[in-house]
Amino acid sequence: MFLISNGVSNKQGLYDPQFEHDSCGVGFVVDVKGKKSNNIVSAGLEVLERLTHRGAVGADPKTGDGAGILIQIPHEFFKKVAKESKISLPNQGEYGTGLVFLPQDELERKFCKDEFEKFIKQEGQTLLGWRSVPVDSSVIGETARETEPVIEQVFIGNCCHRGDAINRVPTVTNAPTVNDDMAFERKLYLIRRQVENAIKSSSIKQKSCFYVTNLSCRTFSYKGLLMPYQVKAFFLDLQDKDVKSCLALVHSRYSTNTFPTWDLSQPFRFLAHNGEINTLRGNVNWMKAKEGLLQSELFGDDIEKIKSIIVPGGSDSAMLDNVLEMISLSGKSLPHTLMMLIPPAWEHNDLMDQKVRDFYEYHACFMEPWDGPAAIAVTDGTRIGALLDRNGLRPARYIITKKGFVVMASEMGVLDIDPSDIEVSGRLEPGKIFFIDTEEGRIIDDNEIKNTVAGSKPYGKWLKDNLADIDGLSPNEGGIAQSRLHSGDNILSTLKAFGYTREDFKVIINSMAETGKEPIGSMGNDTPLALLSQKPQLLYNYFKQLFAQVTNPPIDPIREEIVMSLQTYIGSQKNMLSETESHCHKLKVKHPILKDEDLNKIKNINENGFKTKTISTLFKVSPDEGGIPQSRLHLTDGFTQAIDKICHDAEFAIDEGFSFIILSDRGFNKEKAALPALVAIGAVHQHLVSKFKRTQIGVILESAEPREVHHFGLLFGYGADCINPYLVYASIVDLIDKKEIKLDKDKAIFNYIDAVEHGILKILSKMGISTLNSYRGAQIFEALGIADDVIEKCFTGTTSRIGGAGFDIIAKETILRHKSAFEGELSTSLFLATGGVYQWKKDGETHLWNPQSISTLQHATRTGDYNKYKEFAGLINDQSKSPVTLRSLLKFKDAKTISIDAVESEKLIYKRLATGAMSFGSISRAAHETLAFAMNKLGGRSNTGEGGEDPSRFTPLPNGDSARSAIKQVASGRFGVTTNYLINADEIQIKIAQGAKPGEGGQLPGHKVSAIIAKTRYTTLGVTLISPPPHHDIYSIEDLAQLIYDLKNTNPQARISVKLVSEIGVGTVAAGVAKGHADMILISGGDGGTGASPISSIKHAGAYWELGISETHQTLVLNNLRGRVRLQTDGQMRTGRDIAIAALLGAEEYGFCTAALIVMGCVMLRHCHLNNCSLGVATQDELLSQRFMGRVDEVINYFGFVVRELRGIMAELGFRTMDEMIGRTEFLELNSSILPWKAKDIDFSKILYKPKMPASVATRCVIVQDHNIDKVLDRELIKLAKPALEKSQVVKEELEIKNVNRTTGAMLSGEVCKRYGESGLPTDTINFKFKGVSGQSFGAFLARGVTFELSGLANDYVGKGMSGGKIIIYPDPKVTYKAENNIMMGNTTFYGAIAGEAYIRGVAGERFCIRNSGVNAVVEGVGDHGCEYMTGGHVVILGKTGRNFGAGMSGGVAYVYDEDKTFNKMCNMEMIELEELSKEDLTVIRDMLHNHFRYTKSSVAKRIVDDFGAESKKFLKVMPKEYKRILKQMEEPKKTGEVSDG
Amino acid sequence: MGDVRGFLKHKRETMQYRPVCERVSDYAEVFNLKSDEKAREQAARCMDCGTPFCHSSCPVANIIPEWNDFVYKGVWEKAFAMLDATNNLPEITGRVCPAPCEYSCVLGINDDPVTIRENELSIIENAFKHGYIKPNPPKTRTGKKVAVIGSGPAGLSCAAQLNKLSHNVVVFERDQKIGGLMRYGIPDFKLHKSVLDRRIDIWKKEGIEFKTGVNVGVDYSYDKLLKEFDAACLTGGSRKPRDLTIPGRDLKGIHFAMEYLSQSNKKVSSEKFDEPSITAKGKKVLVIGGGDTGADCVGTANRQGASCVVQIEVLPQPPSCRDESCPWPSYPMLLKTTSSHEEGATRKWSVLTKNFVGYDGRVRKVACVEVEFSQKDANGRPMMKEVSGSEFEIEADLILLAIGFLHPEHEGLLEQLKVKFDPRGNVKTDNNYMTSVKNVFSAGDMHRGQSLVVWAISEGRAAAVGIDRFLMDY
Repeated sequence: MFLISNGVSNKQGLYDPQFEHDSCGVGFVVDVKGKKSNNIVSAGLEVLERLTHRGAVGADPKTGDGAGILIQIPHEFFKKVAKESKISLPNQGEYGTGLVFLPQDELERKFCKDEFEKFIKQEGQTLLGWRSVPVDSSVIGETARETEPVIEQVFIGNCCHRGDAINRVPTVTNAPTVNDDMAFERKLYLIRRQVENAIKSSSIKQKSCFYVTNLSCRTFSYKGLLMPYQVKAFFLDLQDKDVKSCLALVHSRYSTNTFPTWDLSQPFRFLAHNGEINTLRGNVNWMKAKEGLLQSELFGDDIEKIKSIIVPGGSDSAMLDNVLEMISLSGKSLPHTLMMLIPPAWEHNDLMDQKVRDFYEYHACFMEPWDGPAAIAVTDGTRIGALLDRNGLRPARYIITKKGFVVMASEMGVLDIDPSDIEVSGRLEPGKIFFIDTEEGRIIDDNEIKNTVAGSKPYGKWLKDNLADIDGLSPNEGGIAQSRLHSGDNILSTLKAFGYTREDFKVIINSMAETGKEPIGSMGNDTPLALLSQKPQLLYNYFKQLFAQVTNPPIDPIREEIVMSLQTYIGSQKNMLSETESHCHKLKVKHPILKDEDLNKIKNINENGFKTKTISTLFKVSPDEGGIPQSRLHLTDGFTQAIDKICHDAEFAIDEGFSFIILSDRGFNKEKAALPALVAIGAVHQHLVSKFKRTQIGVILESAEPREVHHFGLLFGYGADCINPYLVYASIVDLIDKKEIKLDKDKAIFNYIDAVEHGILKILSKMGISTLNSYRGAQIFEALGIADDVIEKCFTGTTSRIGGAGFDIIAKETILRHKSAFEGELSTSLFLATGGVYQWKKDGETHLWNPQSISTLQHATRTGDYNKYKEFAGLINDQSKSPVTLRSLLKFKDAKTISIDAVESEKLIYKRLATGAMSFGSISRAAHETLAFAMNKLGGRSNTGEGGEDPSRFTPLPNGDSARSAIKQVASGRFGVTTNYLINADEIQIKIAQGAKPGEGGQLPGHKVSAIIAKTRYTTLGVTLISPPPHHDIYSIEDLAQLIYDLKNTNPQARISVKLVSEIGVGTVAAGVAKGHADMILISGGDGGTGASPISSIKHAGAYWELGISETHQTLVLNNLRGRVRLQTDGQMRTGRDIAIAALLGAEEYGFCTAALIVMGCVMLRHCHLNNCSLGVATQDELLSQRFMGRVDEVINYFGFVVRELRGIMAELGFRTMDEMIGRTEFLELNSSILPWKAKDIDFSKILYKPKMPASVATRCVIVQDHNIDKVLDRELIKLAKPALEKSQVVKEELEIKNVNRTTGAMLSGEVCKRYGESGLPTDTINFKFKGVSGQSFGAFLARGVTFELSGLANDYVGKGMSGGKIIIYPDPKVTYKAENNIMMGNTTFYGAIAGEAYIRGVAGERFCIRNSGVNAVVEGVGDHGCEYMTGGHVVILGKTGRNFGAGMSGGVAYVYDEDKTFNKMCNMEMIELEELSKEDLTVIRDMLHNHFRYTKSSVAKRIVDDFGAESKKFLKVMPKEYKRILKQMEEPKKTGEVSDG
Repeated sequence: MGDVRGFLKHKRETMQYRPVCERVSDYAEVFNLKSDEKAREQAARCMDCGTPFCHSSCPVANIIPEWNDFVYKGVWEKAFAMLDATNNLPEITGRVCPAPCEYSCVLGINDDPVTIRENELSIIENAFKHGYIKPNPPKTRTGKKVAVIGSGPAGLSCAAQLNKLSHNVVVFERDQKIGGLMRYGIPDFKLHKSVLDRRIDIWKKEGIEFKTGVNVGVDYSYDKLLKEFDAACLTGGSRKPRDLTIPGRDLKGIHFAMEYLSQSNKKVSSEKFDEPSITAKGKKVLVIGGGDTGADCVGTANRQGASCVVQIEVLPQPPSCRDESCPWPSYPMLLKTTSSHEEGATRKWSVLTKNFVGYDGRVRKVACVEVEFSQKDANGRPMMKEVSGSEFEIEADLILLAIGFLHPEHEGLLEQLKVKFDPRGNVKTDNNYMTSVKNVFSAGDMHRGQSLVVWAISEGRAAAVGIDRFLMDY
């Protein structure tokens, strides 16, 4: 039976299948000359199998997430087997065919086939017959088998080749005739879409299993819910030697879910995708909006039949395939379609051909990028190609052989190729297309393709003639800058009416206007969620920003700004299927935050036929007028009527031919209030989308309301094209007039806009989105506390899990705010409200950490007085007066109590406790060690946080106390992550995100990097340290599995945990992580504290742990994965009750952070980011650190109290052990008596949902993950290295290596460190020489004394975390290509490496030596982002580099051989300088080149060394500015020191 | 926060007192105001804490970090406006408040707290100097009339707030001048009366009517009051002094501190009084009671030319710094050496007065005994125990009883109105400060019991809100 049709995988509780992610291995093989053979098919299957480790298995080890192969129609074979099924096939090309997944139910199956037949006829084609496809179900997993459809193959005859059929069934009159392959292909598409729609709307039960893999006269695919190796075994066809093709596209899927989905396996009809489309929701909405304008000569009226273009329920890849299919079938070439949908970063690329840039700009006018990490392989049966997105975040390597055979895949080594046969070893570069036309029999390079496409139309001229630039518009009359409110308006009351507080100015606006930066804060969030707050809240506060974690990487919007763009093209769009010059009749706006003068230009625009209409968003607020009593209902009416009116007006404006509408709240007064801007924007946008008209008009907002980055992020995210925040400008001018801001007006406003725009880029980048064009309308938010009717009308499709405020409440909040502006004459009214959100105030927002709770807790732990603690716990647990947290609204149900003596001991419970990841760097050394001592004494775990740990702490004190943190964190910066650090862990925690700023990187400013911090981080004192937003070795879920594998290999004894942050969909991410073999998953709440974060992130990113943990628990249970993994949660946990609730919601372990800091003296100054903590807790300042007064016993007191309270609750609820409590939501219920007025409709049913599963499905962790490290190559290496490990004797061995040998060297290195510690063995003690193609993470964490030599090719992550080892890579001696022109190893190499040497003969991919701390490396060319975030070490590059070299590079030195003097254009000069070489530099280079030649026989090195005098002049030195300054400073005291010594 | 590292740059510096020899010979204020520049430097020490405990422990919720920041930035006018928003009498609290804020200043945990009280004083004095403060009468009037009875800090704050809310306010005061204990209780050397006059003058110009010398309930019947006014607020203070009923109490030369201080204040202001003069000139003065009022007696006695001054307190000498019993940020009982003590006084603690000894009907000395508190009662409270053999005598011919107040005077108005009292004898009210009698409210010491000026202000303001809510029905 189909589980799907049983509803098991349907949306339930907090689980929602729409949040599933997948990522994959992708590859193709092709014979360039187009020669068909069975070899190609077998090679394809071989590639697929060798990509297995990139896929995943669920609870059932034999059921994969899906795999498949797409080939040319094997005509010869089909002819043969069709005959067996009594079908006689016409000639090749004259029939279309495809696999059809059909219901198991016979009647329903018949129904589907009948429908099929009906549409074939209707479209004038002939059903040739159905063939039952032979499969061997015994090879597939149980779960897959349960859901296995009946698979048949349909054959459809092309009627235009059968003269008699063509006019037999006249179809739609305007239907174009079927006269070529493409036309037939379109017919097949029409048939398929119509059948799909028909079955979907039918009433059959098993409709969800109906699926057509592909219906084509060119290509054919075999796929299913299979593991790669099962594809061939399952489809008996594939075992037939007559199956021939000149190309094969393969795909192995890794999904976060395990629900059986046969249809989501890939390849789809045209493409196979590795990655994730981040902008999906926006893309889908915009496609829907565009459908109203779709017209195609080729489709004619048939276009109506294929709507909706995007089939709901598909994955991101499937949807992209839908669009790509439609566009390319409508006549655009494949390259054209790809360039349109996934453009490279052209906006800031001066190196790009103008013609090509024109192409992209033209298309930007009507197509927003499908953005996200993507390696896409695509074929139409004769052409095959691959494309990488603008960030190049997925690996794609290829080999071209001398025999004209090409293999492209996510990694090398997936097919055995004789090295002597290799002509080119290459990689796909970001934004580039790799394309093979088998008809022409050649590979067409990126440049040629793009130039050909770009040259097909005069795009440049069209742009020149049609595209207007706002900067070029003349300020017309009335276009004088306003920046002041109209006279008569009282700025204070206007500010009040829009809810401005003193804090908004003090913390946000002033700071942005003065510094041009978004303000930073610390210590997390302890205020109520908007729905619970007693104060009227702006609607923005009901939304949480989403962010990328694991399944796709966030971007660094600062260091990788080259890929980002806010450029906006507004105005009415045209039919995307045609190409005319009027398509670019739009207004180009570089800065979508409009200044007043810009808005005026648009208001008064009178050029090029543009017209603007202003629509007021005001509504009447005097409900008492005319004696109508004030009631909720009445308020709502006025409010909602206003919404309907602006929607109507906007639509009407389109009909009247306006190009832009301005939604404006100017003119506001006592009687008229403004609709919340977000309601106005959301409602209008959604209304126009639903009418298919949104693309026909630009929607601009002129509003007094938005001021924070989060506000703008939401407004764009829900559809605004441009925004003019006029009140902020007016206020800034006012403050300048009052001399409170001492800046020039233009400068201050510029600063403010700059800060907002960078903030928006940050919000985009958190989701891995690069351009505002594709972010706009993408709705990357979760609503928390908004009722469904509001969502439906204004934020369609946004998830809102706890229900909440409807229009009545939103209206009431608006009116309360509005009234406050005009009421009260007290002198206090001279001021705006206090706010009290970022700082506790008596009359401000409620904070759980307030003077009373803080001092009570400190008093309790200092005196050891449990009663005092109970007083504290009461302050936190009973929030009935002013609820803050979700959990405060819950209460325990009455249960049978037991004696406290029956409850398990405190000691057992301590094991479940951890302190949070606070780096030594964010908190002082004493504070860090106090926590460690305390947790070790208790038997709990403390966490290093990001930033390493002083190795001296690994050894316990003589009295047995230990300052060693049991949890060693591995974060994106990899600071201090040495092999020795890893092996000294009980738990290694991969920090994917942190609650305070999920999706963002961090920065430890130079002034905080003290000597001791520099030492533990293996960097230089005083040099800024940047942690990138993503782990550069985790761009997708299978990458995470790889990192887990790396770490587990390094320290097999440690459990590996993964820290995620609560957000919608975190459960499905966690399912993927569980499948990636994490032992523990930590779900952090978004409220968590931090040393420093943008305040908008502290407040608005990340959901509450209650939601996160229950979603995760439910999803894992539903997937039968819960038993494999432990769950932990944290984020402002304070009391035993908090633990009890976390346990009942599904967590086995609990983390405490802020509370522990408070026990150690923190009084919530919230100054951590200023290095200025007067309590010595969160500072590195030596003087202030001395003020630290925290004590180990006080921390122990605290946890003792917490557990004592918890045990009391356990006894009350009748639980003997914590294990019994996990996931028992039936013990919780909503305490409806304490709900505040706004939250009367809050809904906890999803949070408290308990999936109904068989008893055999575990609901807590019961088994240990199988990490598959029993048979790794390292086991053999360790055996071979025995003499070295035991007696430090030199070992030399040679071995073969394959791509499936991953993480080679890590386990061996762990053994070295176990015996020899940090210092390892003498250099070159253990020597292994490998031959072949190494798998990912070759030489990862290689310890000192180990030397790896590889003759062959390497994949991604070479030398990751290398801690003193040596890696030498050169091509197989048999190769004939020039190493220096070919790719020898993949992306992200020597990431976070600490020390050692590397010599690479040949070119490396993207991100070479990223975050290198100290490795000295030689390489002969690198891709984009070379030496990014590097902090130390020396790098010599003997060839070309990609773009953005040295971005975020704060330390170390790179020497680049710049033969053709183009290097400077490739650099990101923000932090570096290019210098001439000094004498010392020459010595360094010479020595390194000498070694390079000695180890690799590099001809380049030889050539340079041989003529070093002349050649050395071609080197440029890349020197980080700050590093240079610090090095100089370090020299200076030395000099004076010498003098004084003398 | 202007200067993030201000607290590391500057040490706490308080106002300088004038030299003892100079100040004991006059009644001018003992301190010299800080310069604006000095104030700015001290304000720079404020850390603008994320959780401002100072603001939390201030009864009127002064927005301390915000105005400190304005002072640091030199935006005095805004600092004043912010201060004015929460405190009607900052020039008084800036002089005499014991500053609970400073005891809860975060900097005080491991350093010297910010000079919050003096910063407050700097702000308000700067505002007077630069004319930022000026009469600002309401533009319209509600037509509602409110009587405030008693012109101490509670009554005045209440009146000022009600006036701002556009009600017509009449303040009744039985004394000749406005100010209650601020005028008659606190000596000029701590609070010069011109400070009070300056403020009252502004209020008069803002439209508050002051009727002095009217003892409501005696000179002005309560039913007339209730007829003429829409509401009344009783702010007559807690004026019933605690007495020391031991043998010899009826001897001459034994006075309640407040009798002595108010007479002295009248003398300094050349105000007439009918009672026989009490002076310390040439006398051996004993002040019984170790609190602030006692200290005021000490300072006044020295100025009057006492031959010697002794101050005794029954409780043991408090610690000079916090101990476990009063952890930060609570308000600690600490040894306080005031300017008056510096001017000369012998202080003794743990001294119990047994009886007064005199002849010719005048007191000559006091018999005392030392006590200790080492034992605790069943509730854990320390029990007083006399130390046997420690009896001693103190010679004194003027004895001032500064041992606090019991509750408001019940006789007269309160009894006539028949308001209900709480168990401690204070006027009982509901949450809106309304007494058991409709239309009649009460605030300040009369309602709360003996307390600080800043609490009186806080109560007066809160009562004004209650009254407004009552009058305007919301």
